[in-house]
Amino acid sequence: MSIDNATVAAIARLARIHVPEDDRANLARELSNILTWVERLGEVDTEGVAPMTSVVEVALPRRADAVTDGGAADDILANAPQRDDGFFVVPKVVE
Amino acid sequence: MAEGLLIEGRTGDWEMVIGLEVHAQVISKAKLFSGASTRFGAAPNSQVSLVDAAMPGMLPVINAYCVEQAVRAGLALKSRINLFSVFDRKNYFYPDLPAGYQISQYSQPIVGEGDIVLDLEGGATRTVGITRLHLEQDAGKSLHDRGPAATHVDLNRSGIALMEIVSEPDLRSAEEAGAYMRKLRSILRYIGACDGNMEEGSLRCDANVSVRRPGEAYGTRCEIKNLNSVRFVMRAIDYEARRQIEVIEDGGTVALETRLFDSEAGVTRAMRSKEEAHDYRYFPDPDLLPLVLDQAWVDEIKAALPELPDDKKARFIGDYGLSAYDAGVLVAEKDVADYYETAAQGRDAKLAANWVTSELFGALNKAGLDIAHAPVSAAALGGLIGLIADGAISGRMAKDVFAEMFETGKEAAAIVEAKGLRQVSDEGAIEAVVDRVIAENPAQAEQCRAGNQKLAGWFVGQVMRATQGKANPKLVNEILRIKLSG
Repeated sequence: MSIDNATVAAIARLARIHVPEDDRANLARELSNILTWVERLGEVDTEGVAPMTSVVEVALPRRADAVTDGGAADDILANAPQRDDGFFVVPKVVE
Repeated sequence: MAEGLLIEGRTGDWEMVIGLEVHAQVISKAKLFSGASTRFGAAPNSQVSLVDAAMPGMLPVINAYCVEQAVRAGLALKSRINLFSVFDRKNYFYPDLPAGYQISQYSQPIVGEGDIVLDLEGGATRTVGITRLHLEQDAGKSLHDRGPAATHVDLNRSGIALMEIVSEPDLRSAEEAGAYMRKLRSILRYIGACDGNMEEGSLRCDANVSVRRPGEAYGTRCEIKNLNSVRFVMRAIDYEARRQIEVIEDGGTVALETRLFDSEAGVTRAMRSKEEAHDYRYFPDPDLLPLVLDQAWVDEIKAALPELPDDKKARFIGDYGLSAYDAGVLVAEKDVADYYETAAQGRDAKLAANWVTSELFGALNKAGLDIAHAPVSAAALGGLIGLIADGAISGRMAKDVFAEMFETGKEAAAIVEAKGLRQVSDEGAIEAVVDRVIAENPAQAEQCRAGNQKLAGWFVGQVMRATQGKANPKLVNEILRIKLSG
């Protein structure tokens, strides 16, 4: 599979990473190489085989419906670049 | 398709096609994947665990009760329960989504196809398909009006369990969409899976709307986001369908887009769309194993479900002889249905239905109260209905007694005794009054016997006045007829 420069730009935008125009061709080649390598898995016949979800036979652990956490607004906000009155403050985003 | 549902355009008839996506907040103490509280209205960021804030290294652990609630909702919507379902990450960036993804279910939801019966105008019903129900996390809350250049973010809502319930594109009018919302709300409240409070955002609706010529293929749809009342759902859909018809009739094409409803202006507006279409890049969440349910456990939950609105309605029609319309009104809220059954116990069931839906609803409405806070208890209303049925008071007097019960909270019998309102049904006593009135008005009695029907009514009035309105009007009529017959 080959990735073109436009796809690199689209992926970068989705990941909110700035990739200068000059770097895109290089990245496109590298990503294509990775995908080509991964595509070798396609050679294995997986007809009728369910996707593996875990390497160990365990069930999804569940918790009881009880309040055991919270009440630590200061910890939650400790890394916030800006805070006000208990809120995180970020540059205005209105969609 | 019923003719009445078509919309007349300048160039012919159009049909609306509507599908609804409803987000219903699950009633639980803790969040879907953390032990933080779900209580509404707490101080900002005071109900946030490190999982909800997406701190590195934290792992989600699913709340078993939220799973049970989703299964209960699925069963109540007559839907298939998928014993194997998978949680996926839905990736997008927004400040109130700290992880950069929402844990949701994509290709393998916990609940599959089912259906819901709409109660329409005049007692008619219509069955509409449910596509799926899946569990997902709610996002935090962004406040855009606390500063000119800043958005404030509160993560208290982040991670609360939501059920996303998707309908088939089976709805054909704003009225049907309204009926769908009301019925879904009613069912979720019956089973206690969601409180259905649209103002607090416990129930939110996105509407997919398109139009087409009757019988033709689906047109291009627009999605109207975040409708937070049944009225807004209906108004937004009506506006949007007419907008699309106008666009097409003017020679344009409808663009696939997301729109917002401006409730003040009553119009929908396109959201500023980014060039890149939403690309959520769903993939199975590596932090969570598939959710595997046991059929026996599902069967147990099914057996423990309460009587649901449709079954209750059928029972009210069958057992109490109510009309489909009255039964539908009474079962919409479980509290009302329970109130009605208590009031009707051992009484005239139809009379009780009339009193609940007219006098009681009217008084509650006027006082701005809901049924849980009714000043007249169900048993007390039953007492009043008993007095009417026994002939102790007339229906006319009962209204005054009811008004006083509503005002003072007193029992009907006590008010009737205290005010001496008890209707006189003693034939001898009434006969005595009738005789006296006739004796006092010999000329009128003569004319009446000669066939003057107007005077018969005048005599009834005289007798009622002489008894301060307490004489049983039926008996008065009967006795007068005998005494004044030629």
